[in-house]
Amino acid sequence: MSVGTASFNSKSAASSFLKYWKLFEIGLQNTFVYRWNFLLRTIFGIVPLIGMIFIWRAVFESSGKPIAGYEYSSMIFYFMVTVFLDNLITPTEDEWQIAAEIREGRISAYLIKPMNYLLYRITAYLSYRLLYIAVVLIPILGLAVFFREYIRLPTHFSTWPVLALSTLMAAGIQFFIAYGIAMLSFWILEISTIVFILYSFEYFLSGHVFPLDIMPPWLQGFLHWSPFTYELFFPAQIAMERVRGAALWEGLAIQAGWLIFVAVLARVVWTQGLRRYQAFGG
Amino acid sequence: MRRYAQIYGLMIRNSLIREMSFKANFLLWMLVEFLWFVGQMIFLEVLFSHVDALGDWSKWECVLLIGTHQITAQIFQGFFYVNLAELPDLIRTGRLDLMLLLPVDSQFAVSTRKFGLDNIVNAFVGVAIVAFSLWKLGVVPQFHQVALYAVAIVLGVGVHYSIMFGLATMAMWIMRAQGLIYGYFNVFNIARYPDSVFRGVFTFIFSFLIPVILVANVPARTLARALDSPWAGLAQLAGAAFLVILGTRLFWHFALRHYASASS
Repeated sequence: MSVGTASFNSKSAASSFLKYWKLFEIGLQNTFVYRWNFLLRTIFGIVPLIGMIFIWRAVFESSGKPIAGYEYSSMIFYFMVTVFLDNLITPTEDEWQIAAEIREGRISAYLIKPMNYLLYRITAYLSYRLLYIAVVLIPILGLAVFFREYIRLPTHFSTWPVLALSTLMAAGIQFFIAYGIAMLSFWILEISTIVFILYSFEYFLSGHVFPLDIMPPWLQGFLHWSPFTYELFFPAQIAMERVRGAALWEGLAIQAGWLIFVAVLARVVWTQGLRRYQAFGG
Repeated sequence: MRRYAQIYGLMIRNSLIREMSFKANFLLWMLVEFLWFVGQMIFLEVLFSHVDALGDWSKWECVLLIGTHQITAQIFQGFFYVNLAELPDLIRTGRLDLMLLLPVDSQFAVSTRKFGLDNIVNAFVGVAIVAFSLWKLGVVPQFHQVALYAVAIVLGVGVHYSIMFGLATMAMWIMRAQGLIYGYFNVFNIARYPDSVFRGVFTFIFSFLIPVILVANVPARTLARALDSPWAGLAQLAGAAFLVILGTRLFWHFALRHYASASS
């Protein structure tokens, strides 16, 4: 009997894995229609990067000395790392898709299927990110060749697994925040303003515009604990080996803390939202 | 011409009525804009805590530049942005058919359906920023400088409009092209940077091929640098505006010939 149960469990686990694998494949196929979209986005995305590089060149020419430990070359490398990480992990369509599914009542079709909506969204996110990075790798590699003299790959081998872990957690934080925000569609019809308010904070406080450690000292305490720091800036710091030793482990712990927090929050908002949910339309 | 003015008046009236029925949304959008402005100011503050000038631009001249960019971008967004952002959707769903059937110019029809009041309010915030930075710079502009500034702003709006219109028109060939809309924001991201930081081939690209760095820099220089002659910059901006407006209009008509509507 127990043997039977065990084999049944492993069989269901396998079929459950296959089910989400299939969803992953479907996600890839659906996303493929966006390939031009991805390419255009990255090509145009290079324009602000060019602007940023010129601004920093002017800054370093005028100051003539390193700023908070950054030279011109390490500043360029910082922006290359953040552009790569941003393209790799930042959800671009997920919150809009989820919000539309809730608003238009299409989510009912998922609720009656034998699958977990969260897992479905995670597979969709993963397939989307995978295809996105595959498409945009071409312009990014072009950029890397152009700026090859500024690239400083990690010198310690141990940096790589830690970087991978931190990038994964950053992806998790970004995904659950997007997911949680989209869940607000259960209460309000139009979430775009809220998305953009959050996006403004993320844009400036996660390190898109400048490395956070050049900010004034009185802000550093806040930045150390802010979740936005761990969405992009922290893994970039690991990649550049600017954070090591005890500070590295502390950062990873804070990052893990935020990941758990936003995951639980997203879960709570989902269950509360479902209670309120009335499918509109038929 | 009078007929177009009348139609446009009605469009604006409709938009205002629609907008006033979503007051909370209106205020939230203003908050978003405010946050972006604060973020940009923090960025400048951080940069200028390390240096005294960017290229040949001082801190308050850079603020003037941001304020000028704000005015131009918000006027464009108020009058045209939403319409152009919806153009790819009109093309994809075939609703463009209805626009083409109207007895008005097709470019006019797709560009003027909606109007955003919040953007116009934000444009006035831009005016306040410009006035404040002038006060900090100790500059009192002459009347003719203000007049030329206004002309340059109008030309700048034309450049904003045409570049976005050109991008949105590309949706005739590329379906599901949200990336085109992001393209506008990415390209104009650098419009608020001082022109003198750009070098070499990029100066050429961004002041001749895609003339984004002229848009805020030319009017800002007209206002802040009373001693320099404004005419060379203004002529360049006028020429660039004329070329992109003409070019994108031709591109639109070329694209329309490829428009096959959405299959039913």
